[in-house]
Amino acid sequence: MTSEERRIRADFPLLMSDSTAYLDNAASAQRPACVLDAQRDFYEHSNANPLRGLYGLSVAATDCYEQSRETVRDFIHAASEREIIFTRNTSESLNLVAYSYGLSHLKAGDEILVSIMEHHSNLLPWQMVARQTGAELKFLECEPDGSLPRQRLEAGFSPRTRLVAIGHVSNVLGRTAPVEEIVQMAHQRGAVVVLDAAQSAPHMAIDVQALDVDFLAFSGHKLMGPMGIGVLYGREALLEEMPPFLTGGEMIDSVTRTGATYAELPHKFEAGTVNAAGAVGLAAAIRYIQQVGFENMERRELALTRLAMEGLKQYPFVHVLGSERPEEHCGIITFTVDGVHPHDISAMLDSDGIAVRAGHHCAQPLMQYLGVWSTTRASLFFYNTEEEVRAFVESMGTVRRRIGYGE
Amino acid sequence: MENRTFYNEILTSHNLRPLHKHDVPDANLELEGLNPSCGDHIILKLKVADGVVEDGGFVGSGCAISQASADMMLDLVIGQTETEARRLADIFLRMIKGKVTEEELEDLDEAAALQDVAHMPARVKCAVLGWHTMDEMLKDSLSGDDGGQPVSAETE
Repeated sequence: MTSEERRIRADFPLLMSDSTAYLDNAASAQRPACVLDAQRDFYEHSNANPLRGLYGLSVAATDCYEQSRETVRDFIHAASEREIIFTRNTSESLNLVAYSYGLSHLKAGDEILVSIMEHHSNLLPWQMVARQTGAELKFLECEPDGSLPRQRLEAGFSPRTRLVAIGHVSNVLGRTAPVEEIVQMAHQRGAVVVLDAAQSAPHMAIDVQALDVDFLAFSGHKLMGPMGIGVLYGREALLEEMPPFLTGGEMIDSVTRTGATYAELPHKFEAGTVNAAGAVGLAAAIRYIQQVGFENMERRELALTRLAMEGLKQYPFVHVLGSERPEEHCGIITFTVDGVHPHDISAMLDSDGIAVRAGHHCAQPLMQYLGVWSTTRASLFFYNTEEEVRAFVESMGTVRRRIGYGE
Repeated sequence: MENRTFYNEILTSHNLRPLHKHDVPDANLELEGLNPSCGDHIILKLKVADGVVEDGGFVGSGCAISQASADMMLDLVIGQTETEARRLADIFLRMIKGKVTEEELEDLDEAAALQDVAHMPARVKCAVLGWHTMDEMLKDSLSGDDGGQPVSAETE
């Protein structure tokens, strides 16, 4: 282990106590101690129901929660904290947009454009909107390497395109979508853009104003925050006119027997007791990322990705999906192996102490489009080590022999 | 759980060189088994006459466990009565739940090599797919029901 690797890993209690080579970071990251401490500190020193009580502790809890919102706002460079809504995760954020904006703004004859690479979280809500409104769901089809060149984009857009929902980085191919181009084409046609940043937020700096997206969703747990906290960014003017998604406590100004007036943004979209400790943990994770620096994380991830892809190249029976260039993978390496099922690969790697993901990665339409049923995915994060990647590559060299094929 | 030993020769040879992975043209029972989330897929065909499983085979694709398990099952049940085949299926399904006696294990012959799947929760549905499919088709056959709906082991 290099001294840099040792220094980074010392921040992560699980990585220090568990010997697993954890290569399933695209599913969920590990948490540094500062995130766990921040949550614990909230419960030990500031815990009360935020946004309600008039006493000191509740005010302290509210402050912690709202400061976390400000940390998130700054992290994605939103114009106002009114545009930052805390949710449970990316799925809930996307469902909020689908139910609240989608159902009230789309109608028969409109088109919703998604890419074939979408995670089910950014597909099923739009299928629901299409079913309920009569709008048509259309697909942007990518090149085999996951790229979306101009002519592919032009084939997907039409004058009737009203909403574009697109993954910033594919959770299977690791490819980054040409967001600026998509936003420009969408806005020219009066369509809004929903960006699923679940896979990009942990790997690159995001500026919602520079990207000019209308909505953006991500989860805390993939960027080392707690599970159960996520974020929806929405352009203030759009959020203002949208109806609430969930109704109930804490999202109202006043309620009578028959009606209610809703609270101001962002609370209008945060019904019920909020996950304040989760928000505090997420803010701690963001501060941790800012302290490490995306440039350092990217440098390490690229070096590890290159090592893994070059290592796998020596095996003619391993086929990596997506681009041949490591810099176009965002740490995600998805592959098939001739004659060996992904679940068997995953089980064999598990016995070698290596955790990878096997299956359809919640992206079945992409799998069908690429002509594969199921794949294996190794996803790297900056805290992984060269040693772990070498162990992974070495194990991959043994899977065919272990399943019974001759040398 | 040490998978290095789990992927033993019995399992790998049934997966790579199955004896019963072929069509059965004169089969009178046929049922599809599918685990949609992982893609294990078989079409099981049996020729049953006078209450005896005279012949059987399967086609399909999936992980080594799902394919080897179906092949081992056919090794065991071809030539047996329907009642015996269902008894063996019952033992196998209980073995995967860790509820089986040593004597019963002997009846499973090579299929007992999958006993350790009991400690691999994610793979249980792979191991039981063939058995579950056969049990469903024989249950329907014995009750005179036509059956025919694809079977999945994912709801186990």
